[in-house]
Amino acid sequence: MSAPPSAVPVEEQIAQWRGYLRQRRAINGADVEELEGHLRDQIAMLTTAGLAGDEAFLVAVKRMGSLDSLSREFARAHSERLWKQLVVADDESPDAAVPFLRLETIVVLGLAVAAALAVKAPELFGVHLLDSNGKLLPFYQRNASFFVTPMLVLYFAWKRGMSAAAASLAIPFAIAAVFANVYPFAARSSTQNLTSLHLPIALWFIVGGAYAGRRWLTGDGRMNFVRFSGELFIYYVLIALGGAVLTGFTVMMFDAIGVRVDEFVGSWLVPCGAAGAVIIASWLVEAKQSVIENMAPVLTRVFTPLFTIILLVFLGAMAWTGHAIDIKREVLISFDLLLVLVVGLVLYAVSAREPQARPDLFDVLQLLLVTSALAVDVLALAAIGGRINEFGFTPNRVAALGENIILLVNLLGAGWLYLRFVRSRVPFAALERWQTGYLPVYSAWAAVVVIVFPPLFRFI
Amino acid sequence: MDVGKDLVAASATPLVLAILAEGDSYGYAIIKRVSELSGGHLQWTDGMLYPVLHRLERQGLVAAKWGKSETGRRRKYYRITREGRAQLAAQRQRWKVVDETLHAIWMKTSPA
Repeated sequence: MSAPPSAVPVEEQIAQWRGYLRQRRAINGADVEELEGHLRDQIAMLTTAGLAGDEAFLVAVKRMGSLDSLSREFARAHSERLWKQLVVADDESPDAAVPFLRLETIVVLGLAVAAALAVKAPELFGVHLLDSNGKLLPFYQRNASFFVTPMLVLYFAWKRGMSAAAASLAIPFAIAAVFANVYPFAARSSTQNLTSLHLPIALWFIVGGAYAGRRWLTGDGRMNFVRFSGELFIYYVLIALGGAVLTGFTVMMFDAIGVRVDEFVGSWLVPCGAAGAVIIASWLVEAKQSVIENMAPVLTRVFTPLFTIILLVFLGAMAWTGHAIDIKREVLISFDLLLVLVVGLVLYAVSAREPQARPDLFDVLQLLLVTSALAVDVLALAAIGGRINEFGFTPNRVAALGENIILLVNLLGAGWLYLRFVRSRVPFAALERWQTGYLPVYSAWAAVVVIVFPPLFRFI
Repeated sequence: MDVGKDLVAASATPLVLAILAEGDSYGYAIIKRVSELSGGHLQWTDGMLYPVLHRLERQGLVAAKWGKSETGRRRKYYRITREGRAQLAAQRQRWKVVDETLHAIWMKTSPA
């Protein structure tokens, strides 16, 4: 006779049970292994006693107790796990996951160093970071994203174990590198500035592809990447603050003994640190994502009401005083930034919301925020439209206008869906789909600015 | 006979320590030993043993080490420490008091 027909399903069932166990925060890798060992001993005993494999599995799982109560008991015995376990290697557990974590530490440090050195690599060919006046060279501005994003893609490709797909991710980088460097930009060209600003946005989409893998095509995968990006930003700011303190002390202490380190700080410490920190921050976000409450949604909760109030008061003040928006050079950009901020608030509120929950006060507040932002922006757009009519198109104005329209459309859609959601006409998932489906638009526009704008405006 | 949750929880620590005092052991074997000793009356939910073991480990009453099972899988073995033995002796005194008290009153009310 061949092997009993139930042999394979039991392995699968055990694997599935292990998967459920792993999702519990209070139960770590070593515990899972210990519990699995127990389960297998029990199954072996029961099969010897005459039970079929799947029956033995059922009995053994039943005796093990429900996952909920088990996880509660583990949480009680290890209350710290829910709070710290911030990574690096929790030394108390001879965990099966630790060797992987160590390997990951090495890979991450390697990539961070690679990113840091990539910043200095052009110097080998005589291209220096700063010109003789201490200003950042345009070459570095245009190529800044290439020092970091490829390493990030490599990290995620390695972590998600996709080697063949990662190779195809190199293609967009190659194309982007060509467009960033072949155009004959004029000196102090504004299309060159636009390229520097928009290239990272376009490339960030590729990073998302590496982050989410095949799930990049699904709303879920994209929403996870949105969450990741928000946390990354917060971590990066924190690391940057620490870095600023470190830099300050370095300069001060060496200054005290009469050694000038400005050169080292300006051309090594700051640029290399800034590049390496992106990799480190990404790794930290990855490592702690399931352990601590995410920060971005918390900040969203705090600032949504505040921004709503400011916008409403602003609208009120405009109506009260009758002052129109005064069009200066920077106004268009600042209203773009306002929209970016509001879209960000909406996006992170969406990312953190329990989709099944019923509409509550916070959703009404979101709707109010979106509506008031739309009103403010329409007023600004009307004012700006007149100016463009009068003075003609420049690359900066067209780029800013395009962005404004893209964000406006997003907010219109979000506002409309929020209204319908608050009145219980559509499920919240519709809002999520709208936001995740809209993400490619940003990157596509950024790519247009990088690829089409310079020739369109003759590289000025 | 169902012993009840509270009593099971209260007796877990001395029971585990006592079983480990007999010799080093691992989770599954400890559960089996409990079942044997109680004649099957003391039924633990298997998974609950591990948080107890981990708490004892943290308190320094037992020490754990990864070893190999007969089938070659990794298995965590526990052994009682000196503090564990001291704790076991103390617990034994306490349970003795409880046991003797109950015994005394039961002998009076309804001699078994």
